[in-house]
Amino acid sequence: MSEKKIKRREFLFTASYAVGVVGVGAVIWPLIDQMNPDASVKALASTEVDVSSVEPGKAITVLWRGKPVFIKRRTPEEIAEARAVKMDDLKDPQKDEDRAKDPEWLVMVGVCTHLGCVPLNDKGDYNGWFCPCHGSHYDISGRIRKGPAPTNMEIPKYEFVNSNIIKIG
Amino acid sequence: MSDHEYTPKSKFGKWFNDRLPLLTLGNHLADYPTPKNLNYWWTFGGILTFCLITQIVTGLTLAMHYIAHADLAFESVEHIMRDVNYGWLIRYIHSNGASMFFLAVYIHIFRSLFYGSYKSPREIIWIIGIIIYLLMMAAAFMGYVLPWGQMSFWGATVITNLFSAIPFIGEGIVQWLWGGYSVDNPTLTRFFTLHYLIPFLILGLVVLHIWALHVPGNNNPIGIDIKKPSKDTVPFHPYIVIKDGFALLMFMIVFAFFVFYSPNILGHADNYIEANPMVTPAHIVPEWYLLPFYAILRSIPDKLMGVIAMLSAILILAALPWLDTSKIRSAVFRPLYKQFYWILVVDVIILGYVGAMPAEGLYLLVARVATAYYFVHFLIILPVLGFKEKTMPLPLSITEPVLGEPLSSSTIKKESLN
Repeated sequence: MSEKKIKRREFLFTASYAVGVVGVGAVIWPLIDQMNPDASVKALASTEVDVSSVEPGKAITVLWRGKPVFIKRRTPEEIAEARAVKMDDLKDPQKDEDRAKDPEWLVMVGVCTHLGCVPLNDKGDYNGWFCPCHGSHYDISGRIRKGPAPTNMEIPKYEFVNSNIIKIG
Repeated sequence: MSDHEYTPKSKFGKWFNDRLPLLTLGNHLADYPTPKNLNYWWTFGGILTFCLITQIVTGLTLAMHYIAHADLAFESVEHIMRDVNYGWLIRYIHSNGASMFFLAVYIHIFRSLFYGSYKSPREIIWIIGIIIYLLMMAAAFMGYVLPWGQMSFWGATVITNLFSAIPFIGEGIVQWLWGGYSVDNPTLTRFFTLHYLIPFLILGLVVLHIWALHVPGNNNPIGIDIKKPSKDTVPFHPYIVIKDGFALLMFMIVFAFFVFYSPNILGHADNYIEANPMVTPAHIVPEWYLLPFYAILRSIPDKLMGVIAMLSAILILAALPWLDTSKIRSAVFRPLYKQFYWILVVDVIILGYVGAMPAEGLYLLVARVATAYYFVHFLIILPVLGFKEKTMPLPLSITEPVLGEPLSSSTIKKESLN
């Protein structure tokens, strides 16, 4: 065979393989993507909560997208404590001002950022939350202070519809 | 292998065998030459085959009554326990069967470690075995989720969250695994599907495991190569069949004890409470057979590193044939390795114990030391030992030590191996 013919054959092989790979990928993708959150799951994206009955210093837990959300009405002392913390003392530095739009209300996903357990309220070394699974301690702003969790508890997207109703999501 | 030409006796047998040589395969399995000094630690291969078949048969029958739905799963399991004829028995065999399966597989693995069965030329058998072990853990984990109790739900949450430790794409992977934003109905239905599938994958791998075993033949307690067939071997049938059968009966007594006298002792009471995504049980622990790895996960104070350490602890086993540099297989002739072997056994038991305890104070310290030792054993002790250890002389054949022939000639063999 001439040099030219060999090159032509190699090109045809490579082009066929490339088309084959794209084809296989296109067939496999729907089979993988079917496992992602479906339309009905995505449709349940927001929840409205009436918080008028929550006393200062108390917290309630509501379910949002299958996960607990803590809504804590903080006392002035708790707010002062959360704001007095130095950034240098934090593993995942974040100001309390950035976590609670209205300092009285702390709204956060009640899921430990380590492996997803639900931390217990009013427990732990920092007056906040304590995760019983692997011992992560969170402060009154839900920030990680001690233990294996890498980040602060997540703040979901939320807004006050009026002074009594919070819409999460 | 005994590759004498086999001809079926009957005319039909010959006709069939010429078209599909199943009878030749059967003859190979029956005549398969086996070292005559195999002890009872070698019977766990057969016991494990029994365990796999038991899990498949009881699993198929349970699946006729179980409903894979977040609202119905818990009730359907109670329905199996109370209403279905012998449902309690089938479920207890299946749930305790998982524990028995792991009990047997751990003995099987530690047998391999003691007698060096993973060494050349048996590396592929060993690696297939590790893959089977990984699949067993996946199957056991997903099976534990199906009753949809509190431990099911939170076990699933914690284990799937391990993937969130992967930088950047972790969150996406976890949501993909869940099919939502938390463990929920989509998670349950896919876990049921995979739990149903994996045992059949294991069955296929078991065939490869045995096929790969039948190429070099069994290792043996002395760990030397033997001629096959010879006066050092016996045919698999009836010698090994009877021995395996007797060991299996003994094993079934233990199995039956758990099923009939303490069917829930290996489980957790919390799993008789229906799954509640709002409340995590105060103390979540995996099943006993996963505890050593759980202890390793918790002993590292960093999330990603903890997950990496836990996975490495399992995957390091696949590299064992190359980490162990000693050419001598059996610990019988390796006085130092024998001691380190037993230290490792104790180390793994300690890891299992602290894995069940709260991760704080002294327990955490012990877990850290035991985790460090686990890796030191495989990464430092084993490679170094192969060069430093003064091994004992190997006999020339299996028959030699039995007949009490002088060991003088055997020193020659040992020198040629070093």
